[in-house]
Amino acid sequence: MKFDGPLPVTRWQRTIVNSPSVEQADLIPHLFRTEFSKITAVLCKHFGLHQIEVAEDIAGDTFAAALETWPHRGIPANPSAWLYTVAKNKTKNLLQRDQLFTNKIAPQLQPGPERPDPDIDWSEANIQDSQLRMLFAICDPVIPQEAQIALALRILCGFGIDEIANALLANKDTINKRLYRAREKLRREKKDLSFPENEDLEQRLATVLTTLYLLFSEGYYSESREAILREDLCLEAMRLTYLLLAFDSPHRPSVMALLALMCFHSSRFPARKQANGAMVLYEDQDRSLWNQELISRGVHYLREASGGHQLSKYHIEANIAYWHTRPEESPEKWENILQLYNRLLQIAYSPIAALNRTFALAKARGYDLAIREAEKLQLEQNHFYFVLLGELYRELEPLKAKEALQRALDLAGTDADRELISRKIDQLG
Amino acid sequence: MDEFMLIFRHEDGSKQASPEQMQQWMKQTMDWIGSIAAQNKFVGSNGLPFDDARVVWPDNVVTNGPFGDIKETIGGYIMVRAESVEEAVEFAKGSPVLQGPGNSVEVRKIAKQDGTH
Repeated sequence: MKFDGPLPVTRWQRTIVNSPSVEQADLIPHLFRTEFSKITAVLCKHFGLHQIEVAEDIAGDTFAAALETWPHRGIPANPSAWLYTVAKNKTKNLLQRDQLFTNKIAPQLQPGPERPDPDIDWSEANIQDSQLRMLFAICDPVIPQEAQIALALRILCGFGIDEIANALLANKDTINKRLYRAREKLRREKKDLSFPENEDLEQRLATVLTTLYLLFSEGYYSESREAILREDLCLEAMRLTYLLLAFDSPHRPSVMALLALMCFHSSRFPARKQANGAMVLYEDQDRSLWNQELISRGVHYLREASGGHQLSKYHIEANIAYWHTRPEESPEKWENILQLYNRLLQIAYSPIAALNRTFALAKARGYDLAIREAEKLQLEQNHFYFVLLGELYRELEPLKAKEALQRALDLAGTDADRELISRKIDQLG
Repeated sequence: MDEFMLIFRHEDGSKQASPEQMQQWMKQTMDWIGSIAAQNKFVGSNGLPFDDARVVWPDNVVTNGPFGDIKETIGGYIMVRAESVEEAVEFAKGSPVLQGPGNSVEVRKIAKQDGTH
């Protein structure tokens, strides 16, 4: 699996590809989704961020034109170039037709009554630059984190509202409102897609990393039943992180580390799900299904990430993820994971890290000690806390294990979690 | 929630431990700090190495290290969040520093910046 390699097609693309009138079924998977992001980004860089909705409309209209044409006349030899030409023509028509738009925008672009073709640069370099600028614009701290993620999914990943709602487990209205407010803010706050300067740039890059990290986590830990959608989300997060590598900055080692983390996690995709879509827990996974190519890519990025003096939470998490790609249950593995969690908790506490650290402690130092440590965590509101206790008591005191899992079941919020916990209770006998 | 500083006091900082011993202490210290951090009670910590240690006396007198003249040296500190001094003391009791004979951990409340409480 590669970032730009063959990916699963989305449902509506599948309908095009499988439609009988299209002879060749080799339409590039995700073409529209990918091109949506490119066209929108390039147009926004050209016309300014306040025209973001116009840019999105042009991209949408362009695909509509393809949908009307391609099934009947065949897919053009260079589909992307075809889309860019159509997008350019639509932009030109819009400039000529819409008086209001023309008066507001065109004078800044082309003075005089004669308006030749808008000179839009579709080179690969400009597309990448535009997307990168867009990524930075979206991760503006004036926009709330959850809106940043929805906006990134919409504008940079080309997800539809349905898909975003499904992936984030929210309803469509909520997502629409979130996107609307975020776009309004972007429009009001800034006129072009320039990068922030100096220290602001460094700070923004940190926000960008957080957003990409959360984007990936949404996909990886999402309770959405649609496995393909979840993987797409992760792959998009990886693609954008990959894009960031082009950016020279002191944060580059953190970007590498984040990419390594994503590679290690994604390596388990084939092993994580059963045929019916249910999750397979780490310890129950068929390890021969782990994707070795992604693992070695991760190792490569992690090595590259170790260049600087920085030790970000991404470095630590990537290291933890690395140890999880080792199939054997050696004392060394759990000792390392424990020490990494010890370190991670000092710089970035989270309840899930605290729980995972306690599990590693059990593996490295014994279950008795881990149980005592678990009791200090004060996470009685968290159902995973009781899942952990269930695990720690399983061998030592099955009755207590059952009691803990029962409490976990009462606290669990989703069907997927309840199903997993019920399975564990059944296993206790 | 208040912040407390736990100060590691070593009776004799010049005493050499074996590499194996030192590694053992290091592991224990990391686990101890990890345990506090897992409770979201960790604020910060630092070791205070004896390299480049000086003591400055009145009249521009500077001596090497705190060793010799002073019986007790400070080896490092950790800052924690705790509901009470009693909770901070519980944290201190787990410190591997206490395994060294004569060593102690001093628990001090950190003054709040606003000076109110």
